[in-house]
Amino acid sequence: MKIKTINRSSDTYVPVKSTQESYIPRNLDKELHPLERSREYVKALQATKLERVFAKPFIKQLGRGHVDGVYQIAKNYNILNQIGSSDGDGIIKFWNLNQKMGDEEVLQFKGHYGMCTGLAFTQKSETTNGMLLSSGNDKAIKLWDVGTLTNELKQTSQESFQMGDKLNKVGLVKTFHDDYAFQSIDTHKQKFNQFVTGGQSLKLWDMTRSTAISDLSWGNNTVQHVRFNHSETDIVCSSGSDNSVVLYDLRTNNPIQKMVQQMRTNSICFNPIEPMNFAVACEDHNLYYYDMRNLTKALQVFKDHVSAVLDCDISPTGTELVSASYDKTIRIFDLTHGHSKEVYHTKRMQHVFQCKYTMDSKYLLSGSDDGNVRMWRGKAWERSDIKSTKYKNKLEYDEKLKEKFKFMPEIRKIKRHRHLPGVVKKAQEIKTIEIQSLKKREANENKFKKEKNYVSEREKHIVRKVFE
Amino acid sequence: MAKQNTNETVQKTKKTFKRANEDKFQRGDGKIANSAINKSTDKKLKAKLHKVNNNYAEFVNHAAAANEYLLQEQQGFIEAENELEKTFKLTQDEIYKSVDKTTQLKAIDLKLTEFGPYSVDFNRNGTHMLLIGKKGGHIASLDWRKGELRCELNVNETINCGTYLQNEQYFAVAQRQRVYIYDHEGVELHRMKQHIDVQNMNFMPYHYLLATSGNTGFLKYQDCSTGAMVAELRTKMGPTKSQAYNPYNAVMHLGHSNGQVTLWAPNMSTPLVKLLSGRAAINDIAIDRSGRYMATASLDKTMKIWDVRMFRELHTLENLPSPGTNLEISDSGLLAMSRGPHVTIWKDCFKSNKMARPVFSSGPQHNQHRNTPYMTHMFPGNKVENMKFVPFEDLLSVGHMNGVKNMIVPGAGEANYDALEVNPFETAKQRQEQEVRGLLYKLPADSISLDPNVIGTVNKTSSKSRLATKDLTMMGLNAGDDKREKDLPEIRADVKAKNSGLRGFLRKKTKNIIDERKVKVEKALEREKWERNRKQRIQKGEIGEDHKDEVDTALSRFG
Repeated sequence: MKIKTINRSSDTYVPVKSTQESYIPRNLDKELHPLERSREYVKALQATKLERVFAKPFIKQLGRGHVDGVYQIAKNYNILNQIGSSDGDGIIKFWNLNQKMGDEEVLQFKGHYGMCTGLAFTQKSETTNGMLLSSGNDKAIKLWDVGTLTNELKQTSQESFQMGDKLNKVGLVKTFHDDYAFQSIDTHKQKFNQFVTGGQSLKLWDMTRSTAISDLSWGNNTVQHVRFNHSETDIVCSSGSDNSVVLYDLRTNNPIQKMVQQMRTNSICFNPIEPMNFAVACEDHNLYYYDMRNLTKALQVFKDHVSAVLDCDISPTGTELVSASYDKTIRIFDLTHGHSKEVYHTKRMQHVFQCKYTMDSKYLLSGSDDGNVRMWRGKAWERSDIKSTKYKNKLEYDEKLKEKFKFMPEIRKIKRHRHLPGVVKKAQEIKTIEIQSLKKREANENKFKKEKNYVSEREKHIVRKVFE
Repeated sequence: MAKQNTNETVQKTKKTFKRANEDKFQRGDGKIANSAINKSTDKKLKAKLHKVNNNYAEFVNHAAAANEYLLQEQQGFIEAENELEKTFKLTQDEIYKSVDKTTQLKAIDLKLTEFGPYSVDFNRNGTHMLLIGKKGGHIASLDWRKGELRCELNVNETINCGTYLQNEQYFAVAQRQRVYIYDHEGVELHRMKQHIDVQNMNFMPYHYLLATSGNTGFLKYQDCSTGAMVAELRTKMGPTKSQAYNPYNAVMHLGHSNGQVTLWAPNMSTPLVKLLSGRAAINDIAIDRSGRYMATASLDKTMKIWDVRMFRELHTLENLPSPGTNLEISDSGLLAMSRGPHVTIWKDCFKSNKMARPVFSSGPQHNQHRNTPYMTHMFPGNKVENMKFVPFEDLLSVGHMNGVKNMIVPGAGEANYDALEVNPFETAKQRQEQEVRGLLYKLPADSISLDPNVIGTVNKTSSKSRLATKDLTMMGLNAGDDKREKDLPEIRADVKAKNSGLRGFLRKKTKNIIDERKVKVEKALEREKWERNRKQRIQKGEIGEDHKDEVDTALSRFG
């Protein structure tokens, strides 16, 4: 007869010293884990609650802000911590984001007479890590050298800069003049020298020339906003005062497509990961996401704002969209979902004119009418401190659980709930009633119409496009 | 193209490799069926679902592989070397001599003659033993492996039963009248006066509920973290004889004196299921840890094994020499039954084929294919009061008239525990953390149902009533016509009142539902009555054929 019993040696299971971690054996047999699904649900619920507990989106404001409202923010696509901003007085400020609170401001220029309407960083070259280009209502474009602040590349130069002995090259490099005021500016994402401006017409410039090298505009409308594509670098998209969105190709020097919406487009942003897609921020409170190959229908409509959307930016990961609105809120959307997953606001923040993702997708920057440049978390509950592996694993596990049970009513309710300013909430209520009555009317009309036509929400706002 | 194909086949062959023990690691309903996925026309959704399936398959495969390679311990066993040897002929003394020293130390035998029959209970990780001297009122909690007594007290009244709560720090004891909760030092923390005359008690560790039943015929659930009484269910079946907790779905099984077994959840006032499992009172119920099998022992000298997911009787043992008093099922699926002084243990008796049916002894028709007992033991001149398999050990702890004995049962315990679930070697720190975690992730009492995997799934019945936005717009927002109205019977004045189709129609529906349709039927009935009345009056000659009630016609348009 063979007999054997379980014999666990305490040497393996009991730690010898109190400082030693105890041995944690696992066995994933389902019978050792009863009621797993309900427990997972409860864990997901608790994780969702904790997410709301930890949600503190606002980090800080940069320096002492601007005196006038901040109407332009430009980010350096190559260096994480460099930001430029400009205001209604024509003041341009250059910020270093990883300075301690209050000390972020590095440089300040009196750039333009009147409002500074456009701001953009140039590409890297052998001599610089990106210069600032600004355009203004005073019919001038100015090129600024913001120094060699490259503390991510060279630590020494930053130290010397802090001592104040550098700055030899810093300042105005060149000025370009034109006959009309400018509305917008953007730089070519590959060629250091090229940039386009919007204003009375859409013009292409070369930094080595003093005047524009070509005029691309189509029709007599003012160009409100211009943007270069990130990957197909010779494609430019512009929005005009005739509510149009136009795409140009610099290689042929011709417009390639024009689409007219019901209301004006305030801002355009290309998706850096999916280069054929772009989002537009529209005056009709919505944002639209288009495939530039097919402009008959929006890929997605982002609703939730209760006033005109003034700016939008797609995160460098290409999955999220942040929008700034005249209703004094910033909203974050998932590109696959039509309603915002997050809304940021503070008591002191006025109409938000600018919002940008930082290049690591973790933070947001916003510029508003009250003159402050604010920094926010991309995920309100996330903290960027160093975490232990245990804690990291726990966060990952929680994230997965939240994803798994996100449609459960209680979890969804907690996850969606946000506090909104009273004004916005009231406006939202009024807007819902308006939309509902419009829809009801439409339905009633449809009921008695012989030919029933259903127009999808994604193509309702498109008036026409030029090339079929 | 050809290259792609070969790639795919390589992937497939990699995925179809299946391990023998994979079934142990399947969760819930397993994979989503391909047929269900292919119903969708949404490519993105399909791809996502396939990804979920693949991840799941990978998890199962990895878990199975880890089980094969990483688990340290091995199950115990007794193996006969030839056909003539029978495992049930081994005595405890023989086993004791042939096992290792540590196991010998665990096979304790406590002689406690003074305070009457003893019952035992263990905390979840098996480190502590709760001893209860029923007649004498003796309570002791001890770390039995180290031989350290945590507390000992004498309450000077009879005790019916007792159980540990979430860990060894607290235990509940049902005394003559009330249930009391003591802490690890034996200090009385609570006297729960709502629980009267309790005979059976179970603690539900994931819900933090203490479920009690007894002579009052009530099943009461009390939340041990908040103190709230969650449910008081009236069984309406007289005194409850036995009670068992199903670890698979947290449903409580009660055995009654009429031979019925009823299944209860705190959110239902009626039993979820009723089973007839004997012709006399149910003495004890045992449920295995997978929640699939239940064994019952009845006063009519039968023992039955049920498949509780199918509600099918697997085996019946009739005409036992005396009725079984206690039943226990170990983690590895050994079934132990006590009957007076006897303890009998069977192995592999939960399969549905006839060979698995447990039989009592190697009687006259003995042959090797019958499921004879795995082990037997007798306490001469004694009576077994209760039994418990020690968690994660190869031991069966038996409480009897004169104390407690740990019988060695090789192959009874789960060898490889999961330390994040229940840890027999946990430190005080880990115990504290576990308690906090347990409270944080306490399951709501009303989530208990027969199928524990139903939470987080789609209610399939409502999908038919949903319409796309497009369709709603086309229809002018509401669907309108109720289809059921088409089959309303006509108003017929020529039929007698009791034969009216409308009346029958109204009767069919339940009385307390008033909806639009019901109002319509009632109105039609009234109209019918009025017409019948009018017809009769015409026949009697009270009114003419063309009589019109002026007032009525004028007002009828408002009706």
